[in-house]
Amino acid sequence: MSSPQKTMTGAEIVLQALVDQKVEVVFGYPGGAVLPIYDALFSRKDIRHILVRHEQGGAHAAEGYARTTGKPGVLIVTSGPGATNAVTGLADALMDSIPLICISGQVATHLIGNDAFQEADTVGITRSCTKHNWLVKSTEDLARTMHEAFYVATHGRPGPVVIDIPKDVQIASAPYQSPNRIGHRSYKPQVKGDMEKIRDAVLQAAKAEKPIIYSGGGVINSGPEASHLLRDLVRLTGFPITSTLMGLGAYPASGEHWLGMLGMHGAYEANMAMHECDFMLCVGARFDDRVTGRLDAFSPDSYKVHVDIDSSSINKNILVDKAIVGDCAHVLEDMIRIWKTHAHKTNSAALQKWRARIAQWKKRDCFAYKQKGGGAAIKPQHAIKRLYELTKDRDAYITTEVGQHQMWAAQYYRFEEPYRWMTSGGLGTMGYGLPAAIGVQVARPKGLVIDIAGEASVMMTIQELSTAVQHKLPIKLFIINNRWMGMVRQWQELMHGERYSHSYSDALPDFAKLAESFGCKGLRAEKPAELDAKIQEMIDTDGPVVLECLVEQTENCYPMIPSGAAHNEILLGPEDEDAVSPSEQGKAMV
Amino acid sequence: MAMLVVKEGKAFPHTVSVLVDNDPGVLARVIGLFSGRGYNIESLTVSEVDEEAHLSRITIVTSGTLQVIEQIKAQLERLIPVHRVADLTLEGPSVERELALVKVAGTGEKRLEAMRLADIFRARVLDATPESFVFELTGTSDKIGAFVSLMRRVGLVEIACTGVAAIKRGPEAL
Repeated sequence: MSSPQKTMTGAEIVLQALVDQKVEVVFGYPGGAVLPIYDALFSRKDIRHILVRHEQGGAHAAEGYARTTGKPGVLIVTSGPGATNAVTGLADALMDSIPLICISGQVATHLIGNDAFQEADTVGITRSCTKHNWLVKSTEDLARTMHEAFYVATHGRPGPVVIDIPKDVQIASAPYQSPNRIGHRSYKPQVKGDMEKIRDAVLQAAKAEKPIIYSGGGVINSGPEASHLLRDLVRLTGFPITSTLMGLGAYPASGEHWLGMLGMHGAYEANMAMHECDFMLCVGARFDDRVTGRLDAFSPDSYKVHVDIDSSSINKNILVDKAIVGDCAHVLEDMIRIWKTHAHKTNSAALQKWRARIAQWKKRDCFAYKQKGGGAAIKPQHAIKRLYELTKDRDAYITTEVGQHQMWAAQYYRFEEPYRWMTSGGLGTMGYGLPAAIGVQVARPKGLVIDIAGEASVMMTIQELSTAVQHKLPIKLFIINNRWMGMVRQWQELMHGERYSHSYSDALPDFAKLAESFGCKGLRAEKPAELDAKIQEMIDTDGPVVLECLVEQTENCYPMIPSGAAHNEILLGPEDEDAVSPSEQGKAMV
Repeated sequence: MAMLVVKEGKAFPHTVSVLVDNDPGVLARVIGLFSGRGYNIESLTVSEVDEEAHLSRITIVTSGTLQVIEQIKAQLERLIPVHRVADLTLEGPSVERELALVKVAGTGEKRLEAMRLADIFRARVLDATPESFVFELTGTSDKIGAFVSLMRRVGLVEIACTGVAAIKRGPEAL
C-alpha cells in the first residue's frame, strides 16, 4: 500500500485504488478520453488488462469474472460510444445484482456540455442502469470516490457503478488516499435480520405440513457461506427445495431434497409444489414474473416468508406474511441456530405425505425426450445432456446466451456448486455468454469454461472470439444451432398463430470456418452418433473451440407456463399445446 | 387466492420527506426513480437545509395505494445519497405549507374585488401598478387552490407556486 499522502496523477490514483482494492484484472478498451489511464497502465505489472473487442463484451466479461469469483469485475471504457456500448452490460449487472466497477473516460471538464467529440452525458445515461454513479470533477475527490465506488458496488445488494472521469482530472495531480474501513455516510444496508421475525418464521416452518424452500441468486451473491447454510437448513428440516435460474448451484442438483428449477420453464414438480405448499421460505429471490406466473393464482394457500437484503424487493409483486430484511447468510445462520436451540421438530407424518405427493409429480418425468438414432437430427436437450455427462466430473463452468438453449441448459445441466453457472437472468441479454465465458476463464485459468449458446444470440458478440485467442483463453463455444431465434419462434407458434415473423436466422455463417478464421478450432456435429466424439474433441483441445451442433429445428422448450397462466396450468409437451389460449392480458406480457 | 399487491384502486396523496446529500444529480435520481417506475409526482420542493452537513430536503407529494407508497419509500431508501425517508402522512401529524405568487390584472371594480378577496385570504401585496397586483399567499394546497380559483374571475394572469414544504409536529426531527 502506498503512503496516505503521496501525490499522484488522476490516472495513477485510479490504478493505485484498483490495486488497493485487490483488483488483479481489468477488462477494457482504450480511446481518447482514457488515454492517460492507459498510459499509466503501460508500466504497471500488477494489473492484468484484457483487451476486449466491444465494450458490451467487456462489461459481460467483467460480470462473468465477478460471478465466478464473488469479487467485483472492473471495466475501463472511453467516453461517448465507449460508455454507451457498456450500457447493456451495466443494465444486465443491475438486474442480476452483479458487482461491477465501470471506469469511463469523459471529455475535459471545461468541454462538458459543449457537444465535444465523443462526449455523452454518461452519468445521465447510466443513472437508471447503475446502482450509483459519479462524475468526478476534481482529482482531489478521485481516490475517495474510487473507494466509495467499491464499497457501494459490493455492500448490500451488489450492483454496477460508474465512475466518469474527465480527461483533465486524469492528468492533474492530487494526494492519494488509501481505502479506509469507515462505513458510508448514508448507505448502510441492513445485514442482520430482525430476531423476532426470524423466530416467528422458524415457528411457522416447524408447523408446516407442506413446506418448500424457494432460493435465488441472493444466496449465491451473499458468499459461499450462505450456500453452506442453505444446505444445512435443508438437511436439518428435510424441506424440499427449488431455486430460480439465478440460484442454481447453491443447493446441489444431486441433493435428496432438490426439486429442480421453478418458473416458466421449470420442473413440473417444483411448480406444482410451489402451488400447493402451505409454507414457503423465499431466500434471496424476488418473486420475478418468470417465477410467479399469474400473480393472483400464485401459491394461494401458503404462509410466505421472504428474506432479502433489499427491502424494495419485499411486497413488490407478492404480499408476504413475514418479511425479513437482511443478508441471506446472516438470516439463515440465525434460523438454524433457533431451530436447534428450540429443538424444533418437523411434522414428520405430514412431511412424509408431502414427499409422496411430490414423488407423484416427479413420476411425470417432465424433462423426458426421445432421441432417435441414425439419420435423425440431434435433439437440443440431448446435446446438453451429453455435454453434461461428458463434463460433469471436470472443473466445469457454464455460461449461456439467452433463449431456448439457456432454458435447456438450466434443465439438463446439473449444478452441484455455486459460482459455476453464469447466465443473464433478469435482463435476458442475448450475446452475454461468450464474453462472460471469457471473464470466467480469466478467473479460472484451469477450468473448463463452456458457453452453451444459441446461434442467434452468439452472433451478437461473436467478435469476442478474437479476445479469447489473443489472451489464450481456452473457452468452448457449444452452439445449439436450430437456425431459428428459437424462443421467439416458440412464442410465435404458441401465441401468434404460427406466423413466424422475422425469427428465422437467415444467412448464417459456417461457424466452424468462422472459428478457424479467428484462430480457434471449429467443429460441427450433425448426427446423434457423432455427438459424443465431437464433444470429447472439444474438451480435449487445448485452446478455444467452437462446436456447432445442428439440432432439431422446431423443438420447443417444455415444461412451459404460458405468460398469464398459473403454476398448475403448466404445459408439459406438444400434446398440451391445444390448451394454450392466451388471454389478451397474457399476450401482452413478455 | 394469493395476496396481491394492489397497484390500482383507492389512491391517497402522501407527503414524503427525503433527506439527501446536496450533490449534483440527486434530484435527477429521485425524479428518475418516479418516472422510471411509473409513480406520479403531484408536488415537489427541494432546498438545502444544512449547509455544513451538506444536506438537502426534498418534499414530494405523491399518490398511490398504501402498497405503492411503501414501494416508493423502499425504492427511495436504497438510493445511495438518501439519508432518511419519512411518510409524513402516515407517521403522525405534520404541518404543510406552500407559497404562491399570484398576478392579477384589471381596473375598476375587478381590481377592488381582487383586493378584497386577497384581504380575506390574508394575502400580501408584493407589487402593485394601476392595472395589476402581485399577491403573496402562504397556506395549504387547498387554501391556495381556493384563492387561485377565485382570482380567475377577477383577472388572474400568472401564478408561481413553490409546492409543498412539510414538517412533523412536535419536538422530534426527521
